[in-house]
Amino acid sequence: MQTFTQRLANPTQFMRLSARLLPWVAGLAAAIIAYGLYLAFFVAPPDYLQGEIARIMFVHVPSAWIAMAGYALIAVSAFGLFVFRHPLADVSAKAAAPIGAAFTFLALFTGSLWGKPAWGTYWVWDARLTSVLILFFLYLGLIALRSSIDDETLASKLTAILALVGIVMLPIIKFSVDWGNTLHQPSSVLKLSGPTIHSSILTPLLVIGAGFLVLFVAMHLKAMRNEILRRRVKALQLAEVARAASQVVAPAE
Amino acid sequence: MSGFFTLVGRDLRLAVRQGGALGTALGFYLVVVAMLPLGLGADLKLLSRIAPGILWIALLLSALLSLGRVFESDYEDGSLDVLTTGPLPLELVTAAKALAHWISTSVPLALLAPVLGILLNLELVAYPALVATMIIGTPAVSFLGAIGAALTLTARRGGLLIALLVLPLYVPTLIFGIAAISAMLGPDDVAPPLLILTAISLGAIVLGPLAAAAALRTQMQ
Repeated sequence: MQTFTQRLANPTQFMRLSARLLPWVAGLAAAIIAYGLYLAFFVAPPDYLQGEIARIMFVHVPSAWIAMAGYALIAVSAFGLFVFRHPLADVSAKAAAPIGAAFTFLALFTGSLWGKPAWGTYWVWDARLTSVLILFFLYLGLIALRSSIDDETLASKLTAILALVGIVMLPIIKFSVDWGNTLHQPSSVLKLSGPTIHSSILTPLLVIGAGFLVLFVAMHLKAMRNEILRRRVKALQLAEVARAASQVVAPAE
Repeated sequence: MSGFFTLVGRDLRLAVRQGGALGTALGFYLVVVAMLPLGLGADLKLLSRIAPGILWIALLLSALLSLGRVFESDYEDGSLDVLTTGPLPLELVTAAKALAHWISTSVPLALLAPVLGILLNLELVAYPALVATMIIGTPAVSFLGAIGAALTLTARRGGLLIALLVLPLYVPTLIFGIAAISAMLGPDDVAPPLLILTAISLGAIVLGPLAAAAALRTQMQ
């Protein structure tokens, strides 16, 4: 009896399943985000201090969540590549890196836009900003390392090692950056004592967070499909070259 | 273990007899530190306040510059193939090379730092603190750097890539190195940052050789 992930190890099975799932996942993402945006703009009240500008939170906070989830996914994929030798693990890690980097950039960009009216400056060297910026650098490192190694199998393994080193170092980096005082408000959603924000704001935040997560899944599936197709095209081209080469040699025999 | 120390000794002898590498790193350190006051303005008060930070960052960059050579020369002349197939576990090989890098590059850089501190008008009381935190913190620089050196061994434009891969990993060392110096000079308790700095270095000594050996094994097949 094969487990679900083992069945997916066959790229053909994965392509068939993902082709069927993708429109639904993408449609679901669009629907949830549309509903979340409706909640964010028409149901959630403006902030009593910051007014309408605080609504940027509904893009900023979910982006930061997805940025962290994306790196976790890469690390899990790297683990899957090393321990289970799962053939799709590398495809998953490769596909997730640019998407995660994009969400990280989105979190930094929207945070910067929010910082100007709220703190009076686009950028401060606050603990949370700095650790997200370093997360962005780790993403860039993964992408840069992969793009500078020609052999794809080698590139995937080395990138996986880097991703695992990164996931070990991330908590230490986060802790060290938090050492100083922080200007950023502490997390108000993930707390043992329960969220400290009102449900009229928390609900749209969680809805958009769920929407971004489904959007990430949709983009990740699409990127994985593209990567598998790209590898197939490459394999076909190589086969074509080999066939042409053998035809050139053949008449001489 | 004798193989381990033989390897460390060999790398140190090579570093001394081939020359060049250490001189270049020290020269780079000197030039970077000398350039900064030219760019920042020669305000002695400002310089003395930011001197520990400048010295630490310049040290990281100088150590980074020499990291590319940790495995490269052995890879080029084939000794790395011998070491990979030899009886010594590859984790110990990478540990030995990182240790040799620490002794041959990081420690001299840390010892040069007080001399450069004079250029930056650093207060004399800060010198023991500066050297102590650098000696304690730089094992992380060499051992985490070995990961970057191993990962980029066969990569194109490896030198630039190492900086992008490794510098983010140096953030904890940098932060606690500076925190320990300012704690020694100020009223704060010095033990917490110094202990954490030590912990980061010890962690790097474990993590670095493991990851570097995995990276080398992948590439030497």
